[in-house]
Amino acid sequence: MVQSQAAPPGHFVDLRGVSLTYGEGEHETLALEKADLAIAKGEFAAVVGPSGCGKSTLMRLVSGLMPPTTGAVFVAGDRVTRPLSCVGMAFQNPTLLPWRTTLANVMLPLEIVEPHCRTFRRDRRKYTRMAEDLLASVGLAGFGGRFPWQLSGGMQMRASLCRALIHAPELLMLDEPFAALDAFTREELWSVLQAVWMEKRFTVIHVTHDLREAVFLSDTVYVISKRPGRVVGRATIELKRPRTLDDTYGHEFNEYVHDLRRRIGEVRAQ
Amino acid sequence: MNQNRALETIMPWMVTIGIFVVWEVGCRAFNVPAFILPRPSVFLDVLVQLHGPILQHAEQTLLTTVVGFGFAVVLGVLGGIAIGASPWIYDSAYPLLIGFNSIPKVAVVPVLVIWFGIGVVPAVITAFMISVFPIIVNVATGIATVEPELRDVLRALGASQLQILVKVGLPRSLPLLFASLKIAITLAFIGSVISETVASNAGIGYLMVAASSRFEVPLVFAGLMVVAVMGVVMYAIFAALEQRLTRWAFRGSRAA
Repeated sequence: MVQSQAAPPGHFVDLRGVSLTYGEGEHETLALEKADLAIAKGEFAAVVGPSGCGKSTLMRLVSGLMPPTTGAVFVAGDRVTRPLSCVGMAFQNPTLLPWRTTLANVMLPLEIVEPHCRTFRRDRRKYTRMAEDLLASVGLAGFGGRFPWQLSGGMQMRASLCRALIHAPELLMLDEPFAALDAFTREELWSVLQAVWMEKRFTVIHVTHDLREAVFLSDTVYVISKRPGRVVGRATIELKRPRTLDDTYGHEFNEYVHDLRRRIGEVRAQ
Repeated sequence: MNQNRALETIMPWMVTIGIFVVWEVGCRAFNVPAFILPRPSVFLDVLVQLHGPILQHAEQTLLTTVVGFGFAVVLGVLGGIAIGASPWIYDSAYPLLIGFNSIPKVAVVPVLVIWFGIGVVPAVITAFMISVFPIIVNVATGIATVEPELRDVLRALGASQLQILVKVGLPRSLPLLFASLKIAITLAFIGSVISETVASNAGIGYLMVAASSRFEVPLVFAGLMVVAVMGVVMYAIFAALEQRLTRWAFRGSRAA
């Protein structure tokens, strides 16, 4: 199930021999070492690994927020040299703006991203409808007028997901988005995310340390070693979709989780 | 609940009036002469009798303060944005700023008089100098502490630094700005009155110095009262504005 080599080039997201070093001189730390990663268009990829392995670094590299020290990052065939302008991002912290209503928070990217920002004022009604529909699709129908601080943690995370998706990005980056939520809410949101993804089929890079989450959501799981981070394994999850929470108690599902668990155990022991 | 709300509005008045009553009774009981500590009834009487000239001087002080404060708000916000948005400017300008703020403003007034002569200009500049610092520091803090994740979200959408500033930095520093405005307006009064006492022939500061040189202590106290009331009123105006414009920052408190 687990192969050691990355997939061939020509993919939507393609990392070739990417390394990143922080700091200088004695304080130099190698965060990521010769990472090769290839993710197909519309693929749901999870990145797992021990804490401090450079998972978040990987995200910032792919979205062009940070240039690699060596190697190259390609997205949609083009080399990434500056921040991409088509990426949706969500983090563990929902980072909603407290002075905006939930609806206005979700619509924030439309005020910034091309080409929506040009027609935003004129087509406000159309965009409002879009945002309301998206909120409804994650179970937040009717909550658009509330302020983020009037919502629960799970609801804030749903809104944060909507903000990441409103401009229909081709690439969605999630950095441990559900890590701060309770187990029930978290599993609920797995299903929500899967449903949205199955409908729109954008490409996802999902950083997590929850192996069950990785297996539930993704097509491919990449295992990264502890610092300096290297991609040491790749597992393809061939469970049929939509996956249900009942599936997570099945034999096949747990085989995958165990296999990943073993891989990470080996990585940690090194 | 309603009773509590009513009590909350009455309490500040009760406390203020209470202190005046204690003051009045104390002065009468211990026979304190008016040129040492005048009774409230005496200086309130002076306030009523001389309300014409006092009002004129008060107007001068108010105008001076508001003009100086206005400059402080504009330049303070701009300076705060510059310092908060650029770590480079932050590092290079901060020590200078702190040094500047440490200078006692009374000591600067004579220099200002040499440059601009006696009158309104030194008072406006003093009010400005004393009130600009808290505004700069608060705005800079609000802008410099934008969550890095939020910054990433916006940058990954192609947002420019200016857009991040307008959409996030400025709104999030509004509560800090208002907190600083409430401090700054009272400081501005201190600045203008100080300058008037040293070098002016109009304004409450001048009135007080002139009165004390003639041992008209009740008039001095009347002047003090006028400055205090103006300070409280201006403070209240900004507190009300703050409540209107940054309600979200008071979430969960009884005001919400």
